[in-house]
Amino acid sequence: MAIRLTVNGVDHEIDSEPETPLLYVLRDELRLNGAKYGCGLGQCGSCTVMVDGQAVLSCLMPVTLLEGREITTVEGLGTIDAPGPMQRAFIEEQAAQCGYCIPGMMMRAQALLQADPEASDAQVREALKWNLCRCGTHMRILRAVGRARELMRQANAAAVVGRAG
Amino acid sequence: MTEHAPSALTRRAFLAAGSGLVVSFAMLPPAFAQEGGSAPAPWEPKLPGSLSNDPFLDSWIRIDPQGGITVHTGKAELGQGIKTAVLQVAAEELEVDPHDLALVTADTSRTPNEGYTAGSMSMPNSATAIRNAAAQVRILLITEASRRLGIQPGALRAESRRVIAPDGRSLGYGELAASLDLHVEAVPDAPLKRPESFRVMGRPVPRVDIPPKVTGGVAYVHDLRLDGMVHARVVRPPSPAARLLTAETAAVEAMPGVLGTVRDGNFLAVVAEREFQAVKAMRALADAARWEEPATLPDMTDMPAVLRSLEHEVGTVAESGSPQLPADARRIKATFTRPYQIHGSIGPSCAIGLTDGDDLTVWSHTQGVYPDRQAIAEMLRMPVERVRVIHAEGSGCYGHNGADDAAADAALIARAFPGRPVRLQWMREQEHAWEPYGPAMVMEVEAALGPDGRLSHWNYDVWSNTHTTRPGPAGALLPARHIADGFPPELPQLSITRSGSGDRNAVPLYTIPNKRILWHFVREMPLRVSALRSLGAYANIFALESTMDEMAIAAGADPVEFRLRHLDDPRARTVVETAAARFGWPGEALPQGRGRGFAFARYKNYAAYFAVALELELDRESGNIRVQRAVSAIDSGEIVNPDGIRNQTEGGIIQSMSWTLYEQAVFDSRRVTSIDWASYPVLRFASVPSTVEVHVIDRPGEPFLGTGEAAQGPTAAAIGNAIRDAAGVRLHDLPFTRDRVRAAVGV
Repeated sequence: MAIRLTVNGVDHEIDSEPETPLLYVLRDELRLNGAKYGCGLGQCGSCTVMVDGQAVLSCLMPVTLLEGREITTVEGLGTIDAPGPMQRAFIEEQAAQCGYCIPGMMMRAQALLQADPEASDAQVREALKWNLCRCGTHMRILRAVGRARELMRQANAAAVVGRAG
Repeated sequence: MTEHAPSALTRRAFLAAGSGLVVSFAMLPPAFAQEGGSAPAPWEPKLPGSLSNDPFLDSWIRIDPQGGITVHTGKAELGQGIKTAVLQVAAEELEVDPHDLALVTADTSRTPNEGYTAGSMSMPNSATAIRNAAAQVRILLITEASRRLGIQPGALRAESRRVIAPDGRSLGYGELAASLDLHVEAVPDAPLKRPESFRVMGRPVPRVDIPPKVTGGVAYVHDLRLDGMVHARVVRPPSPAARLLTAETAAVEAMPGVLGTVRDGNFLAVVAEREFQAVKAMRALADAARWEEPATLPDMTDMPAVLRSLEHEVGTVAESGSPQLPADARRIKATFTRPYQIHGSIGPSCAIGLTDGDDLTVWSHTQGVYPDRQAIAEMLRMPVERVRVIHAEGSGCYGHNGADDAAADAALIARAFPGRPVRLQWMREQEHAWEPYGPAMVMEVEAALGPDGRLSHWNYDVWSNTHTTRPGPAGALLPARHIADGFPPELPQLSITRSGSGDRNAVPLYTIPNKRILWHFVREMPLRVSALRSLGAYANIFALESTMDEMAIAAGADPVEFRLRHLDDPRARTVVETAAARFGWPGEALPQGRGRGFAFARYKNYAAYFAVALELELDRESGNIRVQRAVSAIDSGEIVNPDGIRNQTEGGIIQSMSWTLYEQAVFDSRRVTSIDWASYPVLRFASVPSTVEVHVIDRPGEPFLGTGEAAQGPTAAAIGNAIRDAAGVRLHDLPFTRDRVRAAVGV
C-alpha cells in the first residue's frame, strides 16, 4: 500500500516498505541529496530534516509514521540560483570544509530559528549539540547561523512592510 | 590544427615574450641548448611542482578552438578547497576570470598522475605546476598573437580570454590556440606574474564547491545515481582476525529486492535493488554467518609496553654534537603516549563500481586514483589499463580512511554483477572498526639545559609503526586480504626520509648543539594503521613542545621568549611573535582553574610555520577542559586564498582539540569496541571555543608550503601547556580525558 508523503511542498506516493527510514526514501526513492547517511544511529545529525517544523533524525524515522506530515529538506530552503537565507548565510560565511554535515546543521538551525527567530547564540550552540562536524568548521557554522538569523529577520521585516504597503 | 615544430616554437617564444625578463640559455633544458647549437646544458634544473613528473603543458591546460579553457589536476578535492585554489592560480596566470575555466580533477583517464592528495602537498605540487603551465600557455598565446598581428609581444596584453593590441585589434584564445601545439614541455624558469599585479591570487575567492553542497546538489560520490544502479553492503568479519566458517545465504537471497550475495573467502556482501533492502539483507546475512575469532589483539591498557616489546629495529633520524648528557646537567626526562585514533569521517566510505565487458570503472573518494587503480587491478588480476578510477568527493577524510577499501569492495562486487553500477556504502560501525587508524606511539625525551639558559642536549626516542600503508600493492586493500586467494599486507620497512613518517617532526627546529633522535621502528601492526592527518607530527610535536615548556619553566623563562632563544629562522620567529602579540601574551594573572599555553612547529621542518596561544578552563571536580580562546598565526608561503588558509587552519585547531581531549580507539582481545560516536566520543558544539583566530602571514613571491596539517601538533601541545599553567600538572598521555585530568589534579 502506497504511503503519501509531502516533501518540500510536493506530494509523493511512496512504495518503499513501511518500516524504511525516511532517509532512504528521500535519497533512494525521491533522489534528494540533502539529507546524508552518517551513522544510522541518531548520533551525528547529518540526516537531520524538518517534520512539521521540528528537527528530526531521518535515519531513525520509519516513513510510515510520516503520512500527511510536512517534510522539509535542505532542497526546500532554496535553490543554487535562488538560495534561501540559511543557504545564503552558509555561502557568505564559507561555512563548509567537506560540507557533508552541513545540510543537517542547516536544518537543525532552520527549525530553531523558525520556532524562535530571536534565538540567542547560546541557544544555537545548544540546539546544534546533536550534530557532529569532523572538519572543525564549528566556528563558521555558528557565524553562519547568526547571519541566517539576521537575514531571516530582514526578510520578515520586508514581508511585514510589503503586507502593510 | 597546424603542425609546428613544437620545441622550436616554445623555446623561441619564451625569449621573445618574456620581454624585460632574462631566460638564460644555461637555465634551459638540454633540448633547447641542443637546438641552439652544440653547447651542452651545464645542468638541468628541476621543473616546478608536478611538472617535474609530467612536463607537457597540455597535461594541465587545454584550450579548445571556441576558447573554452580546461584545467587538469591530478589532485582531489577533499574539502580543503583545492579546486578553488587551483582555479585561482590558473586564472591569474592566464589573465581570465576563474569562472571562465572548467576543471577536471583526479581521473586516471583524464588527468596527470599526481600520486596521493596528501601531506599538504597539493599547493606545492599541483598548484605550482598549474601556475607555471598557465603562465607558459599565456606566453605562447601572446607570442602567436604577436606573429599574426606583427606587433612586438611586449606591446600586447592578455585579458578576458583575448590578446589585445594597443591599436584595439584583438585575437581570442580559441583562435590563437587552434594554431598552437600545447603538447610541448614546460621550461623551468618561465616568468610568473608578479604579486603586485595579482587580480585573483591572494584574494578570498569563494569556494566553487560550497553552493551545491548547501542546496542539495550532486556533491559527493554518495549522491551519484547511475542508470540501473543497485545497492550493496558488505558484511565485515566481527574482528580483524576472524575467519568465516559458514554463511547460510539462501534465506537472504530470497528477501525482497535482493539480487544476490557475494562470498569469497572471508569477504561477504549482498546486493539489492534498493538501499534499505541492502541494509536489511546485510543484517540478515550477518546473523546467518558463523565466524571463528582468535584472540589476537594486544592489551590496550598496556600499549606503551606492547609497542616497546615489538621494536624491530632502530633508525637514527638525526644526530649531532655529543648527545650524551653530562652527569651534572639540569635535565628533564619524560615519556609521552598517544593512542590509536580514527579518521572518523562523518560520511562512511562509499564507492560505485561498474563492470562493462573487460573494463571496470570505479568512482571513489580515494586520495590517489592512480595507486588505487594499481591495487584494484592487482586484486582482481586484471590488466591495469582496463581499470579506470574517477575521483568523486567524499566526506572529509583527514588521511587514509576507508575510501580505498570501499572502492575495492565495490570493484569486487561489481565484477559479480556485470553491467549494473554497484553502489557500496559502509555502515557507521564498519567505518569505525575497519578504517586504518593513526598509530599508537610512545615518545621519550631527555633534555638538558646549559649554564647559559639554553638547551644543550636533546635525546628523543619514538616507538611507532610506519604511518603509511596506502595502496599501490593490493595487500593494502581490506577486501584483498579477505578474499580466498588473497593478498597479504606488505611488510613495512623502516625508512628515514626528509618528510618523515612515525618520525615526522621528531627533530626539533630549535637550535640545540647536542642531539640524537631515534625511531624505534615497530614493524608488526597489532591494529591496522595508516596515514592520519600530519602522521607522526601530531604526537612528536606534542612531546617536543610539552618538553620545551618544562624546560622554559626550569630555566625560569617565559615559554614564548624561551622558544625565541632557540629559533634562528626569521619566518619562524615572525609566526611565534605574531601569535603571541595577537593573543596578548603573556597577559595578566588568571583566576584559579584557568591557564594559558603556547606551542609552535614548522610542519615537517620544511613546510608551513604555525604557532598557537590558547586559554582554557579546567574544572577540577569534573575534570572537564574547555578551551575558551585560541589565537594562531600561520605562514604557508605565498597566499593564494587567505580564507581557504583560515578555514583549513581553524579546522585543524578544532580537530586537534577533539583528538587531544577525547579520542582513542578501544578494543578487547578480539574486537575493536569503539564502533560508533558513543563509544568513540568527539568534540561537540558545547565544548567549542568562544573564538578561534587565524592570522595568515603573506610571503609574496615565496613558494607555496601547504596548509592542511600544520595545526595538529602545536594545538595538542598548547592544550597540555595550558593545563600545566592552570593546574601545575603535566599530562603525558593523550587524550586528556576527564578521568585523567581528575586523577592528575588529585581530586
